[in-house]
Amino acid sequence: MAEWSLFEVFVRSKHGLNHKHVGSVHAADAEMAMENARDLYTRRNEGVSIWVVPSNSITASASDEKEVLFDPSDDKVYRHASFYQLPDEVGHM
Amino acid sequence: MTQTQALQEYLLRLADSDMILGQRLCELCGKAPALEEEMALMNTALDLIGQARNWYEYAAELIDDGRDPDKLVFRRDAHDYRNLLLTEQPNEDFAVTMGRQFFFDVWHYFTLNSLTRSSDERIAGIASKALKEATYHLRRSSEWIKRLGDGTEESHRRMQDAVDILWRFTGELITPDDTDHAMAEAGISPDPEPLAQDWRGMVNEVLTQATLAPGAEDAWMYMGGKHGEHTEHLGFILAEMQFLQRAYPDATTW
Repeated sequence: MAEWSLFEVFVRSKHGLNHKHVGSVHAADAEMAMENARDLYTRRNEGVSIWVVPSNSITASASDEKEVLFDPSDDKVYRHASFYQLPDEVGHM
Repeated sequence: MTQTQALQEYLLRLADSDMILGQRLCELCGKAPALEEEMALMNTALDLIGQARNWYEYAAELIDDGRDPDKLVFRRDAHDYRNLLLTEQPNEDFAVTMGRQFFFDVWHYFTLNSLTRSSDERIAGIASKALKEATYHLRRSSEWIKRLGDGTEESHRRMQDAVDILWRFTGELITPDDTDHAMAEAGISPDPEPLAQDWRGMVNEVLTQATLAPGAEDAWMYMGGKHGEHTEHLGFILAEMQFLQRAYPDATTW
């Protein structure tokens, strides 16, 4: 138990197109993480597919880099496609 | 014994084994070694109690004396219970809990698998639904047996102890009696001989991978659960499980 590592869990819902992060589980290895994820995050019929990823494999951006990374896009409103009428047939964008 | 009586007996065995093992697992609510494990154990428990309800409903229709599933569960005494002795054994440590689950799951999986082809359509239907759950239970308990058996020195020792403690209750799973034979001949339940072979085959395979030794084939086995002769543990389970219904019979408001 003390040696169990952390896995991040991603679940694709029935109507969802992509896997979404739903939380994390402790487990001894990937197979057990998969079973634990199934038991914790799909018991109310939420999913059709699960990914588990060792948490230490994820490289995260640092919070003190926030300004450098994200502020420059603050005033680039023209990068949003909000000036166009999107035809219904286009569906997901 | 008529065939209807044999069928009632057989259904009660399936129902009671699910019910008592489910109740046993529920004792671990709030006490499991990890949050993840707790959720998994409770999922299994609720799967089993849900399956028990399906078997009880069918049994109650055949018994047809006015008792519903709740009455069958809460108003019968130990000698009327038909569960396998294995299912009433105490949780002890996690190795015993998972060992008991594994021996049961192997039996459950092959039994349900065969019941999906039962000549009784109602049974086949219930079994098809239950089999999906049992398949997952077996996958999970097998993984735990391998991890604990082939894990640390302590986990290996505890898991081997668990196998040794529980082995005496496994004979009942694969030793048919008159009811089993009658049901098998009617095409309702599995053929006893292949069931026993499948059980032994899978148990040996998983125990070998787990570096664990099975018990002796000619070991002395406790039987009798299927006829209402139980170990001392069942009475305590029922005392806890039935207290409210016994103290306040037919109470509709709590």
